[in-house]
Amino acid sequence: MAHLNLFAFGIYPYIAIAIMVIGSWIRYDREQYSWKTSSSQLLESKQLRKGSIAFHIGVLGIFLGHFFGLLMPKEIWYLFGITTQMKQLIAIGAGGLFGLICFYGLTILIKRRLFNPRIRATSNPMDIAILFLLYAQLILGLLSITVSMGHLDGAEMLKLMAWAQNTVTFNSLAAAEAISGVHWIFKLHVFLGMTLFVVFPFSRLVHMLSVPVQYVRRQHQIVRQRFVR
Amino acid sequence: MKVRAQIGMVLNLDKCIGCHTCSITCKNVWTSREGVEYAWFNNVETKPGIGFPKEWENQQKWNGGWVRNKSGKLELKIGGKRRILANIFANPDLPEIDDYYEPFDFDYQHLHNVGDTKHQPVARPRSLISGQRMEKIEWGPNWEEILGTEFAKRKVDQNFNEVVQKDIYGQFEKTFMMYLPRLCEHCLNPACVAACPSGAIYKREEDGIVLIDQDKCRGWRMCVSACPYKKIYYNWKTGKSEKCTFCFPRIEAGQPTVCSETCVGRIRYLGVLLYDADKIEVAANTPNEKDLYQAQLDIFLDPNDPAVIAAARAEGISDNWIKAAQRSPVYMMAMEWKVALPLHPEYRTLPMVWYVPPLSPIQSAVQAGHVGMNGEIPDLKSLRIPLRYLANMLTAGDEAPVVRALERMIAMRAFKRAQQVDGVEDAEVLKQVGLTPVQVEEMYRYMALANYEDRFVIPTSHRAYAENAYDLKSSCGFSFGNGCGDGNNGVNLFGTKAKGVRQVIPVEIKD
Repeated sequence: MAHLNLFAFGIYPYIAIAIMVIGSWIRYDREQYSWKTSSSQLLESKQLRKGSIAFHIGVLGIFLGHFFGLLMPKEIWYLFGITTQMKQLIAIGAGGLFGLICFYGLTILIKRRLFNPRIRATSNPMDIAILFLLYAQLILGLLSITVSMGHLDGAEMLKLMAWAQNTVTFNSLAAAEAISGVHWIFKLHVFLGMTLFVVFPFSRLVHMLSVPVQYVRRQHQIVRQRFVR
Repeated sequence: MKVRAQIGMVLNLDKCIGCHTCSITCKNVWTSREGVEYAWFNNVETKPGIGFPKEWENQQKWNGGWVRNKSGKLELKIGGKRRILANIFANPDLPEIDDYYEPFDFDYQHLHNVGDTKHQPVARPRSLISGQRMEKIEWGPNWEEILGTEFAKRKVDQNFNEVVQKDIYGQFEKTFMMYLPRLCEHCLNPACVAACPSGAIYKREEDGIVLIDQDKCRGWRMCVSACPYKKIYYNWKTGKSEKCTFCFPRIEAGQPTVCSETCVGRIRYLGVLLYDADKIEVAANTPNEKDLYQAQLDIFLDPNDPAVIAAARAEGISDNWIKAAQRSPVYMMAMEWKVALPLHPEYRTLPMVWYVPPLSPIQSAVQAGHVGMNGEIPDLKSLRIPLRYLANMLTAGDEAPVVRALERMIAMRAFKRAQQVDGVEDAEVLKQVGLTPVQVEEMYRYMALANYEDRFVIPTSHRAYAENAYDLKSSCGFSFGNGCGDGNNGVNLFGTKAKGVRQVIPVEIKD
């Protein structure tokens, strides 16, 4: 069991991140024509507007929450005067709120993808798979709130933070050790999260890397030369 | 002065017979693929009508083109950059497929396979998107062909704005119609380029052709909304936007576009225009909409002016391009004779596909005796409504340029008829419209005879000098992105579908 734990939480994360980075790199380099949002708004707009906006707001909130919640050392939180208990409550509150917004949106998107004949017929297997993966991950995350409610002191959260911070500082043994005692829902959530990293370069998720931030500062018109003189 | 060259087009609507050859040949070459069945880089509309996609001219609805904001700055009508990014999860101004039409095919195979039946077998329609049976086809790319559909539906045509008695034009005796072939305008101030968050759309410096970099397009779909002509189409299969390419591989080789080459009415003209790129922003931002047509004319430079020639050479424009600009039919029709007018200049994109207004609405009125005559030329001012309609379409509502163009064409006919039939030179009729006999002979040569080499004056781009042929050896020619790869490796690791392989196959028949 300990070996399995070490593999799943000490080694698999590195495999997953490696696949994501190298896979995205190769795809961007060699298959950029396939690098896109894969929008289906042309074929159905009303449901998409409802679902997509809620989903994206929710998922961005969740992403930022996980990023800062897991990777920012607890000492920095203390510096801002936020104790572990307070952080746990923030995590439950904010995570729950954005989680529910995301759940609402994702439910609409899944229903639309499966039951709108135009969308269904033009979907890739991966388009459907990625929605269900995200749905499962989101439901696990929401379920984990019930576990956290029993640990309002934030002890479980500290273990997960230790896992994440040890992982990014390459202490894989300490990372696997830190997470070994947490509730299985958290473990499944973390494992599935890593799996999303694996799937990333093979799905439409890559459009995340193309957020057009440079557009704000760009001049309106673009002129290119066909033949460089 | 920053001189740039643009390949422009003029369509002589007076000669368009609405045969759709341009649309079909364009479709066969460019959009006969899954994902863009509904897309027509070139389509022909019967006007008055709401057009394709539905009501494309209604910018209250679609928010295409540019507007002047409160502080007098030019801004996209769909909103500033921040608003565009804020709407990136779902574009509120995107037409749906039903605003174009649901592409369909018929179960032809059923006609072969059906057994003994009491009734004549029929090939029923099927959606090319969902593959499902379509009980009724409710719209198509040319649903209003030759005044099809009720006038009640067609009269929402935006060009009828400010026309009080438009219902009169629904009556059989009073009705008028014209054809309007439409393609990408390859604007000088393209709204699609400005709206693209990825920066994938660009204007080519050499010839002004606006293209979408298929590798860089991410499918944010803002260009579809921003283009007021609705000439950017989202490919639902590839997830990328596509548009008219002005057949750039042909243009580079000095050949006309497919739509122009195949036009049986010989209504299309292609030629070089030299313009001052520094004036674009000011011209597009002209306060009064009715001044936009003149502002656009003022951007163009006289290709015979030695100062312009020197400046063009300094910019690296080659002599064969300058020579082509000097005998450009587009320059003659737009600038010298002023018979060609831009399509909806009020969108402020400075379009580069221009139109010679049709005489047909006027002629039917003349024949019916509704119009008074000024000598040989009918008194066009008494024909308020068709004029208003054309002016709303071509000059942002200013009727004077439309009247001038129509009168000059009528004068040309009158002069040539007098010359050929009666054997007299009727200089009087020309004086009335401000033309000289030499000019009219030129107009006659270009607009009536319209020889191939006069219609298409396209300089080659000298690719042979610009590119190293050795580097290009055994590379792919034209591709839709991804270099030579078509994503067809049998594994589809990254989820691309092989091009040319149909995803929705409407063949299985269970009736």
